[in-house]
Amino acid sequence: MLKQIEGSKAVAEAIALCRPEVICAYPISPQTHIVEALGEMVKSEELAPCEFINVESEFAAMSVAIGSSAAGARSYTATASQGLLFMVEAVYNAAGLGLPIVMTVANRAIGAPINIWNDHSDSLSQRDSGWMQLFAETNQEAVDLHIQAFKLAEELSMPIMVCMDGFILTHAFERVDIPTQEQVDGYLPPFDPRQSLDPKEPISIGAMVGPEAFMEVKYLAHAKQMQALELIPQLAAEFKQQFGRDSGGLVRTYRADDAETMIVAMGSVLGTVKDTVDELREQGHKIGVLGIISYRPFPLQEVRAALVNCKRFVVLEKSLAVGMGGIVATDVRMAVSGTGLKGFTAIAGLGGRNITKASLHKLFLEAEQEKLEPVTFLDLDWDVVNKQLEREKQNRHSGPIAENILYDKGMSTSAAKFG
Amino acid sequence: MSFQPVKFYQTGTYTVGNRLLGPDERSVQSGELRSNSINSGHRACQGCGEALGARYAIDAAMAESNNQLIAVNATGCLEVFSTPYPESSWQLPWIHSLFGNAAAVATGVAAALKVKGKTEVRVVAQGGDGGTTDIGFGCLSGMFERNDDVLYICYDNEAYMNTGVQRSSATPPTARTATTMPVGKEPGNVFGQGKNVPEIAMAHGIPYVATATVADLRDLEYKVRKAMKMHGARYIHIFVPCPLGWGSASHDTIKLARLAKETGTFPVFEAEHGEVTSVLKIRKKQPIEEYLKPQKRFAHLFGKHAHPEMVEHLQAIADRNIRKYGLLDEEKAHG
Repeated sequence: MLKQIEGSKAVAEAIALCRPEVICAYPISPQTHIVEALGEMVKSEELAPCEFINVESEFAAMSVAIGSSAAGARSYTATASQGLLFMVEAVYNAAGLGLPIVMTVANRAIGAPINIWNDHSDSLSQRDSGWMQLFAETNQEAVDLHIQAFKLAEELSMPIMVCMDGFILTHAFERVDIPTQEQVDGYLPPFDPRQSLDPKEPISIGAMVGPEAFMEVKYLAHAKQMQALELIPQLAAEFKQQFGRDSGGLVRTYRADDAETMIVAMGSVLGTVKDTVDELREQGHKIGVLGIISYRPFPLQEVRAALVNCKRFVVLEKSLAVGMGGIVATDVRMAVSGTGLKGFTAIAGLGGRNITKASLHKLFLEAEQEKLEPVTFLDLDWDVVNKQLEREKQNRHSGPIAENILYDKGMSTSAAKFG
Repeated sequence: MSFQPVKFYQTGTYTVGNRLLGPDERSVQSGELRSNSINSGHRACQGCGEALGARYAIDAAMAESNNQLIAVNATGCLEVFSTPYPESSWQLPWIHSLFGNAAAVATGVAAALKVKGKTEVRVVAQGGDGGTTDIGFGCLSGMFERNDDVLYICYDNEAYMNTGVQRSSATPPTARTATTMPVGKEPGNVFGQGKNVPEIAMAHGIPYVATATVADLRDLEYKVRKAMKMHGARYIHIFVPCPLGWGSASHDTIKLARLAKETGTFPVFEAEHGEVTSVLKIRKKQPIEEYLKPQKRFAHLFGKHAHPEMVEHLQAIADRNIRKYGLLDEEKAHG
């Protein structure tokens, strides 16, 4: 059913259609609306049987999900940013135990400085946790990916994060086709766990494992993700059959057939990228787009196939590997290794900085002319950066960086304390 | 006809012999049908109080739940010595997740059981003092506050024994640990304000809180069974001596647990909804030295460079417990 609906509400409705049995909730912006909506559905018994647990921290949220999943209940939670970091120990544990928990990450920057706006630093920090990560481009895709995620997670008995851009998607009202319960039931079977705590068949889960078996356990997590590379396109195809629309899959290209310059990105920014590419196409530029939906597992072959015929590519990413450059770009470069393709990294939109068509227009043209630095920071205010660097050179006690920069940007009314 | 005189109490102890009791009054552990939930062959040290406490507690919980029990374990000695891969001592469904989340994992298990309508299956969470009073405290308090249907059992051996005897918030003042060495002006652990988790549990107003020791296993079984008859968040804090960490003889585990109770240093009581409902009275009050001297962790309080003022302070703490909980009968208290 078509609805004009907030992204978070749409995701909550999708989760409810997946018949979760245990939902753990802890508030953190920008995921809060999702669990609020689910909480109301459980309380009103619109969503039943389901236990909605208000926990005392994100660490507890994931821990409760670990317990409920291990006891055979379909388990869901949502988080973002600091919340994801606070639960990290349990995030790794859930994957290590092979528990098919589905978690929405409403992608948000990580402090300090504290910042509630969108970038991809949070879930990308969990790259190696063993969780799969799917990135939604639109709210429709966020809805669809959640439905696919439960099936994928439970098929492999591994957890999944469905990542949607905080505020940009979670708080955006747009048209979303919410499937019917019959449609979802026809696609997603009841949870049939591979392992379950049950007095009828007592097992020990989470025993200590030494060097003699640890590597095999870890390898199997990798093997599961390799299986997911096969399974994700299959599930997307089945999804299309059941729901009648393309959603999910590993990667998606746009106007890429004869493209000499390819732009690679994840998440909602793909919309702006496509609009910019449309304009450049009209001007005769041979430019196309590769959207990555599955960040983990990373589809090396599909990325390579999508890029191998271009001359150069730009990875536009909302994340930064401090001391190195791009996070996604490193994976993309690995995918095209040996091709001799020219690759550029553009770090953009950190902490919610707007990524405008004008800036992308300029960036893409410079890329086309191969005039970009290997790592570019889109719309970075160099004057402010240089001023702070100079301040630190001049003054041993130059004070807190963020506060100085706010002052230099004219956003602080107090006088600069540190010259 | 030969006649063996029946002694009601075994020599030198207050332990009641099982043979004198009717079958319905016998302990779970004395029965052939005990579940042996934590089976023999595990790797606990000789004289381990925790292994003993866990055996009695979990078997009692199994008996009370008709063997419909799931156990959640925090990281720690109990987890490590019971499940070195690929062995497991556990004869019931058992999960270990992390050091600090046993209470939350148990909440999750309980939620799953509830949603699936498996009301007959019960949940117990267990951890050491570090996993309970320190790193797992947030999750524990959350579980209490929500009144989740979980019995949480803390096996308190007063330090992080698994990692090599470091101080926890349950370590008593003056005790030597690897991080509170007996050097300097105030050797051993400091006299802080303490963190009394049974009292903090009571402050949550949960249905049941109890303390117990491995010196009185009948009392321990009784409390576990009583807790298992109830629903909601329940907490049992069991005092379990650790020969390795305490520097005590492995055959003194029971004796030390008894002395902890008899000196008043570890009050044994029950509470319901935040109110103390019963205490285990001290039978024969002992001076604190009797408890301290057999333990090398307190050796620096005695001998050549003795610290009688610290012993006095510990005695005062024990005496305060005795007053606060009314651990002595009136005539003994004033006699």
